[in-house]
Amino acid sequence: MFTDFLYHLRASGIKASLTEWLPLMRSLAEGHARANLMVFYHLARALLVKRETQYDLYDRAFAEYFRGVDQHFDLSDELLEWLADPVLPRELTADELAAIEALDFDELRRRFEERLQEQDERHDGGNRWIGTGGTSPFGHGGTNPAGIRVGGAGGGRSAVQVAGERRFRNLRSDRVLDTRQIGVALRRLRNLGKNEGPEELDLDATIDHSARNGGEIDLVFGPPRRNRIKLLLLIDVGGSMDPHAELCERLFSASHAANHFQHFESRFFHNCPYERLFTDIYNWRGEPTAEVLKRIDRTWSVIFVGDAWMSPYELTHVGGAIDLFHHNRDTGLAWLRRFRDRCPDSVWLNPEPRRIWNSPSIRIIREVFPMFELTLDGLTEAVDVLGGRRPNQPLGGPVASSWVN
Amino acid sequence: MSFHQFTGTDTYIASPELRDAVNVAVALEKPLLIKGEPGTGKTRLAEAISEDLGMELLTWNVKSTSKAHDGLYVYDTVQRLNDARFGDRDIRDIKRYIKLGALGRSFKAEQRVVLLIDEIDKADMEFPNDLLHELDRMSFEIDETQETVTAGQRPVVVVTSNNEKELPDAFLRRCVFHYIAFPDEPLMTDIVQVHHPDIEEELLRQVLVAFYWLREQSEVRKRPSTSELIDWIAALRRAGVSSVAMEEKLPFLGVLLKHEQDLDAVFASKNRGQRRYAN
Repeated sequence: MFTDFLYHLRASGIKASLTEWLPLMRSLAEGHARANLMVFYHLARALLVKRETQYDLYDRAFAEYFRGVDQHFDLSDELLEWLADPVLPRELTADELAAIEALDFDELRRRFEERLQEQDERHDGGNRWIGTGGTSPFGHGGTNPAGIRVGGAGGGRSAVQVAGERRFRNLRSDRVLDTRQIGVALRRLRNLGKNEGPEELDLDATIDHSARNGGEIDLVFGPPRRNRIKLLLLIDVGGSMDPHAELCERLFSASHAANHFQHFESRFFHNCPYERLFTDIYNWRGEPTAEVLKRIDRTWSVIFVGDAWMSPYELTHVGGAIDLFHHNRDTGLAWLRRFRDRCPDSVWLNPEPRRIWNSPSIRIIREVFPMFELTLDGLTEAVDVLGGRRPNQPLGGPVASSWVN
Repeated sequence: MSFHQFTGTDTYIASPELRDAVNVAVALEKPLLIKGEPGTGKTRLAEAISEDLGMELLTWNVKSTSKAHDGLYVYDTVQRLNDARFGDRDIRDIKRYIKLGALGRSFKAEQRVVLLIDEIDKADMEFPNDLLHELDRMSFEIDETQETVTAGQRPVVVVTSNNEKELPDAFLRRCVFHYIAFPDEPLMTDIVQVHHPDIEEELLRQVLVAFYWLREQSEVRKRPSTSELIDWIAALRRAGVSSVAMEEKLPFLGVLLKHEQDLDAVFASKNRGQRRYAN
């Protein structure tokens, strides 16, 4: 059962390795889970899941795997079986090999049997991590051994029920984006251009080196600490973007609050950028797009935000703009290409899930810009592409977004 | 091998899952990585562990300029240079200028101690990886004196992070991880009662209704935390606000919400009457 559970978790997207798995086995053999599925649920999570954004994946996987299993389910037989014949994956990393060598399975098994033995004889609990009362080897019962003060969660419900509640759904990185998280994701841009520009005098290192040098001045130069990120944020507003207004507003305010850009500008457009970009779209206040293009160059990054959902002729036709009083002389596509040619570091963020990116207009735009979902994962991918840490190809298939339910 | 059992303290209430995570980290001698919203008691946890298990607490407050090496030891070259100029101390003995950092002291301690590495995410990306070797081996060498410091007792290492940066995978693999979820109402009731033991039941109920309503408002950008709730209750009680007045309006909202936009947003949605906060 144990190895199955590991593979089940891995198939669910939790990349737990053997380095993390073996300590769990050790901990069970030491009697930490007390044949209590709830404690097992906590232990396995603490040791196997290293990001809160994956708590929800873990909950789903756990509920699926243990559905129908009794709360008083006894882990010890399963564990003894596994310890007698530890089934391990064939391909191991150096890390994992070291972890296995550090673990003496026979010794563990002996200790575990000893513990079972002792437990049959006395049930006083005390400072051993074994539940109180009951005759089954590790004791059973609720999640709260006597004497421990009970907090809120947990009391009386089974581990599967708790997992089934999916309390951590809001922490998923492919779903949520709050202002702070956007700020953190954008901060990844900081690494951009770290090696650019002339070096600066590093005062601390200079003092340090001079001191080591017995007082002879030894000047040290290093890359500048200042960030050289220049970001232009272009946001689609109105119409089909209305449901996403709040999300866009968060992205907008996070970028504004981020003080690590050398330059930051933002403009609005409606469906597709044409001759003018707006600072206030409701009053049509703005400036010619050509002016904006003149100010920016290759050292800038441009992030477009929009659902890219429009009639193809809004992109491909002269006069195709959606606003009837507006007659564009150049096609939308031509404007997009101008942005790309001016700033090759450009991406498009789409607030709609990837699985419904199937309109012709989206296809056309994706030929110009790499497109990412406006989720924490998508934003991080996009920022990595801008930072050159990832090839200019959006990763991940439709899997991430099909989890929506 | 006997297991220490961490259960929380009189003033620190730990949920069952947090207790399990702490205990498994103590038993397996692995660093415990704690994340959670601001104000959920990440730093306080290390104090509670130290109090409950009767171990001394050593704290290493990480700053953006911290280097992993600082935690081991610092060789005070400037002091030595200074002493050399004025000649009032024996500068031949380098040992006098080696000062152990928090990690170094936790290795040297006679008894097992709790080492808190607070806000690890403030430092450079390389910081956690640089620590790995020492945390794995539990020993390090002082280059200047060729002395090796080995931990007699593995300290209980508690690492907190505010999620300012992603931590490297290699580091995460070696940690026990726990995310402190925001306390639900029953747990919050317990927590409030620790700080305000004699609070009127009806007032507490209404305060919590209002508090969780505020946290649900999607327009609120900085959601109020536990410590702000406790301050708010203190303010309400000092002003003698009764439970009846609570039904009508939310006094002293500035204690909970620190941004002007948040305050505006809450007033707006209250006035729109989309949903009464107390019912």
